Amino acid sequence: MFARENKLTAWHLGVAMIALFIGGFFGPLQKLEYVGVNLYSTLNKIGIASYYQGLTLHAVLNALVWTTFFIVGFFTFTITRSLNKELTMPKLNAVGLITMIIGLIMAAIPILMNLATVLFTFYPPMKANPFFYIGLVLVVVGSWICGWGFYLTYFAWRKENPGVQTPIIALGSLITMVLWQIATLGVATELLVMVIPWSFGLVEGIDPQLARTFFWFTGHPLVYFWLLPAYVSWYGMMPKQAGGKLFSEPLARLVFWLFLALSVPVGLHHQYLDPGVPAGWKFLHGLLTYSLFLPSMLTAFNVVASLEIGGRNNGGTGLLGWVRALPWGDPSYAAQNLAMILFVFGGIGGLTNSSYNLNLVIHNTSWVPGHFHLTVGSAVTLTFFGILYWLVPKLSGKPLWNRKVALVQAWTWFAGMLLMGNGLHILGLNFGVPRRTMVGVAAYASDAWNPMLIEAAIGGIILGISGLLFYSNMIGTVLSKKRLEAPIEMPVAEAYDEHPAPAWLDNWKPWLAITVVLIVVAYGPILFDMIANANMTSPGFKVW
Amino acid sequence: MIHVDRSEKIYIIISVALIAVFFVAVAVSSFVYGIQVPLPESRVDPRTIATPAPGNFFGEPGLYEVGPGKYNAYIMSQIWSFTPREITVPVGSTVTFYVTSKDVQHGFRINETNVNMQIVPGEVSKLTVTFDEAREYDYICHEYCGVGHQTMAGKIIVTEQ
Ligand code: HEM
Ligand SMILES: [Cu+2]
Ligand SMILES: [Cu+2]
Repeated sequence: MFARENKLTAWHLGVAMIALFIGGFFGPLQKLEYVGVNLYSTLNKIGIASYYQGLTLHAVLNALVWTTFFIVGFFTFTITRSLNKELTMPKLNAVGLITMIIGLIMAAIPILMNLATVLFTFYPPMKANPFFYIGLVLVVVGSWICGWGFYLTYFAWRKENPGVQTPIIALGSLITMVLWQIATLGVATELLVMVIPWSFGLVEGIDPQLARTFFWFTGHPLVYFWLLPAYVSWYGMMPKQAGGKLFSEPLARLVFWLFLALSVPVGLHHQYLDPGVPAGWKFLHGLLTYSLFLPSMLTAFNVVASLEIGGRNNGGTGLLGWVRALPWGDPSYAAQNLAMILFVFGGIGGLTNSSYNLNLVIHNTSWVPGHFHLTVGSAVTLTFFGILYWLVPKLSGKPLWNRKVALVQAWTWFAGMLLMGNGLHILGLNFGVPRRTMVGVAAYASDAWNPMLIEAAIGGIILGISGLLFYSNMIGTVLSKKRLEAPIEMPVAEAYDEHPAPAWLDNWKPWLAITVVLIVVAYGPILFDMIANANMTSPGFKVW
Repeated sequence: MIHVDRSEKIYIIISVALIAVFFVAVAVSSFVYGIQVPLPESRVDPRTIATPAPGNFFGEPGLYEVGPGKYNAYIMSQIWSFTPREITVPVGSTVTFYVTSKDVQHGFRINETNVNMQIVPGEVSKLTVTFDEAREYDYICHEYCGVGHQTMAGKIIVTEQ
């Protein structure tokens, strides 16, 4: 059973890890550039023309490709195992995977040829080669197709199991996939209706303000598409790994539903400083963003309480003694717990970013990359590493190559991100150092920046080493000749509280209805107004 | 209903209260004390906005005095510079910045002030600030705008009265 699912998962994860390897390569280089060690003239020889071409690769491969491929692969595994049901149409999922890979190659070629040095936000009227955009669309469409394969499987399971509650791991995964499908309608519209015809020269002008609005319709829920798979593991698996139980299973379900309902109608919090969006709409999205803070607060309590149950089961006592009794020697566990700790800082920074006028202080400064390296670069990526520490042995049938190396990897990632995150935050907050800028040669650079630039660079180097440790473990595991002694199963946390979740927490209809209503209310009138008055005047520019 | 543990209930109430306090603080600071973000000002055609014409200040960007101690600064962004690159005002001046772009998107941030704006072709971004200290300020492009992005900046010189 599950042979095809395992194979599909392995392909997704494999592509994800290759993408992160290439993308991650530029991270330390960027940090070195910050402190005046410019290796880009050497990189010219292997065809990297500029800092910004490297940064485009870094962000596209890490933030878009590594995450999307990992998540779809992980869900292929979690949904089928959690429902204990094979995919009903595995061919559909294979088509999805192939579409994603074709899209990736199609987008990668123009980037590598320096025809799409537009960063991962590709704001028009900067104009890339059309195949860059088409490739991105295919990656997204491929992931939709995989999602449809999941839904068919779920419907079939539902028919066979009337009245049974959807297991939390499957439910969280499915909600995340639905969120993704709704969210990506924004960027799909931007690319298919506006950008692609314009990049082929079929239309002359584009409205950059409208394009940004479609982009950020997708851009915010995108971060929850990254984060929720980590939550699936934190709620559904980690309590088990810690020797505990899920403290409040019903509230965990509620959290996933709240994220579905609230993730999209908040996108304008990325556009607080845009000239073309009226105050009322910005403020409404600010309010809705604040309500998104609640499911994250619920998660903090629930997950920590679940781990505490584990720590106490393991013999930990006292106010904090249970923390030491957690399985810190298990790299999969340790990586994910460290990821959570970094997410606390990421979450607090996120609250600042989303606070309407406080955004003036940090918008587009290096605070922002500081923030999302703690979130997507740590909470998400380090959790995914933790998952891979059991999932790759599971799929390959071979034990993890070296557990000590894996532990060192988790702790060095933690330390490196603390240093780099702290440095980047302070540089942005205190000195206004701009984001995604070749800071080392900036005309306005100041000596006062140096201590924090150096701190961030040390962090970046530690992270580079940590990344190499991760890859040596993955390669070591896959190439090893050893076989697992006992098979590995997906860790599944039991519910602690015997009160079952009420039926409305296993019912899609009301939640989908709330989601659609909130989107229509928060985006309908402003988008209608922007489209009706579109300013399609901007020709394209190639500025690299 | 969902069964919720008592300690968790208390925690939820505190969380909601905390969010509400933050929210009210932000609302008061922006709408009572007027610390505002850029809001719709006017729309332009980026292909012609830099062409001098009667009434088009962006045709001749620069500092315009509009009253005692009050100025409008019209700033044009293009790859990879601002026009003008330098502005001099006496200390205590209140300056309203109008910024637009004739090519790609840019950013405009005056360090150590609350002036921070996204510059979008086709739109005019506007914010006002009072300079109370005689010193220099950098204004920096913070949105990636091509390979020369890191050179795009200007200076405000605030002189003693
Ligand atoms: C080896 C570890 C890493 C290092 C040293 C590193 C370093 C950096 C640096 C210095 C920047 C800022 C460049 C600039 O603003 O000019 C950057 C940007 C970025 N990084 Fe990383 N990074 C690492 C890993 C990651 C990971 C794992 C992710 C996501 C999964 C990620 C996602 C991004 C994104 C999306 C940007 C775009 C910047 C923007 O739009 O402001 N990075 N990285
Ligand atoms: Cu957001
Ligand atoms: Cu610029």
